[in-house]
Amino acid sequence: MTFARRLVGNAAPRTVWLLAALLALLLIAPAILGKYWLSVLILILYFAYVGQAWNILMGFAGQLSLGHALYAGLGGYVAAGLFFHYGIGPWAGVFAAVAAAALAGTIVGYLGFRFSLAGVYFALLTIAFSEFTRLAFDHWEWAGGAGGLFLKVDGGSDIVNLRGGSLLFYYVILALAAFAFILCRALLESRLGRYWLAIREDAEAAQAVGVPVLRCKMIAIVISAALTALAGVWNAFYYNNLFPETAFAMGRSIEITLAPIIGGLGTLFGPVVGAVVLTGLGEAFTDLGEALGMPGIKQIFYGLALLVIVMYRPAGVWPWLAGKLGLGELRK
Amino acid sequence: MTADFLLSLAQAVTKGLLTGMVYGLMALGLSVIFGVMRVVNFAHGEMMVVGMYLAWMGFEYLGVSPLLSLPFIAALFFVAGYALQRGLISPFIGRPEHQQFLLLLAVAILLVNGALAIAGPDSRGVQLDSQFDSYELGPIVFDAVRLHAALAAIAIAALLWLFFTRTRTGKSIRAAADNHMGALVVGLDVRRLYAFTFGVGAACVGAAGALMITIIPVTPFLAGEYTLLAFVIVIVGGLGSMTGALMGGLLIGVSEAVAGLLLQPSLKSMFSFGLLILVLLLRPQGLFGKSSS
Repeated sequence: MTFARRLVGNAAPRTVWLLAALLALLLIAPAILGKYWLSVLILILYFAYVGQAWNILMGFAGQLSLGHALYAGLGGYVAAGLFFHYGIGPWAGVFAAVAAAALAGTIVGYLGFRFSLAGVYFALLTIAFSEFTRLAFDHWEWAGGAGGLFLKVDGGSDIVNLRGGSLLFYYVILALAAFAFILCRALLESRLGRYWLAIREDAEAAQAVGVPVLRCKMIAIVISAALTALAGVWNAFYYNNLFPETAFAMGRSIEITLAPIIGGLGTLFGPVVGAVVLTGLGEAFTDLGEALGMPGIKQIFYGLALLVIVMYRPAGVWPWLAGKLGLGELRK
Repeated sequence: MTADFLLSLAQAVTKGLLTGMVYGLMALGLSVIFGVMRVVNFAHGEMMVVGMYLAWMGFEYLGVSPLLSLPFIAALFFVAGYALQRGLISPFIGRPEHQQFLLLLAVAILLVNGALAIAGPDSRGVQLDSQFDSYELGPIVFDAVRLHAALAAIAIAALLWLFFTRTRTGKSIRAAADNHMGALVVGLDVRRLYAFTFGVGAACVGAAGALMITIIPVTPFLAGEYTLLAFVIVIVGGLGSMTGALMGGLLIGVSEAVAGLLLQPSLKSMFSFGLLILVLLLRPQGLFGKSSS
């Protein structure tokens, strides 16, 4: 109970009730929504979850990673590879997947932070590692090489091996998103979370007052990589295929960063709000493109929308929205 | 080591050096922009691809060789770059990196999808009359198209050097890059200089695009690759250093050509990314950059 009390902390009761209502709504949503809206909701939850994972490193600890596809890709490949080659189901394989991504995070983080790379330089290091891995997987036979790795789809439902329809994947990603939200709140309220914010605001000052900067940054990247790997495993089993060209692509890394940046960096609701906005816009523009008979127009509208948001709400949509809704106390 | 192998190695190095000059010119644009206003142009490869398309259109519809349309493309890019800086990027200078990144990402999405909407996904190439010509220097064969592109790139780089060392505007830009506050104090119009710099950087990448189309055909999907390539080159050479960008271009050009010869061609960029990681860790200011401390 004390943990729950600390978790709620100084949040307004109204916020807690709203969150509980939202969760209840999401739990019964599949009974109300059709197939299409369920798939949209799945996308939103996926981006909210993976955005939350990325936000720990960038939004909390202030380290810009543009190579998170590395952790998602590794996680997906390890779990899918174990299942494909040895029949080891994802509930067991996920541990290996998380371990692999955490190790990769340790390597990238240690090299980057040890050599004091920051800002753009650290971002380019993360891109380089992700691209390097992409090219390595292109030539690695065990993982299917450039031709990709395919999981068998027999249409049956087998929860033990995470085989089933979109309903199963909906509840798994909902559980992950809820878990990440609570974890991030707990982290932010912890001593470690305060250390991260201190490092984000001024790493030198934090070091001077005795914050173990290197260790805190390492913890941030390892947690972030491990959580991102879970999204990679989910992704691999949801789509049943993996290609180095998409799994480790720069585009995948960028996609992961968008929801938290658009929603509001370093906030708990930012990734969630950003995922709703981006997925909503994406779907609306797809429909609009089809209605206009110009499917290619979707990306142009999408680019314009990003431009407008970053120009008029550079700190993200959520801090502004929170102000409008009178939920100001969550604007941190 | 047979003589045959050495010859093909020398041939690969030559090819890499010639292509590397064009890479260098492209990276120069990125480096100039970053060196002066500390903004990383995440839309660099997309701008390169637009330059390639413009040169292709000039050739396809007007029958103008890319080498002749180059000055016009560079001028157009200068104006577009100037306007882009003035209209969009200016307020973002000094803001957190992720905001600049998102802004330029949006520009990149617009450019590449605009190109896709207008020119389609097919690969577009230019067939020059000099396509199969070559010059011979001893046993080494210089492919005429590549040689012309490399010479043009050298000439443009030389012009740029003259601009930055001999003209008043060029010197003012360097002053603003060295000491922003000092430049303001002595009364330089830094906002105009920044816009001018972005124009110059854009003109470089537009010119590089016009040269690159003579070497390889263009598709919209090359854009992301070129952005990454430009990052690799400027980091290896030294972000913000002009010599570094050119030397980095040569180095990456040669390493790609040699990796293509010794290993599989598809592994060539793995080599470049490996080099990037090493340089970032051991000498983050780049091979030719000045240490900041």
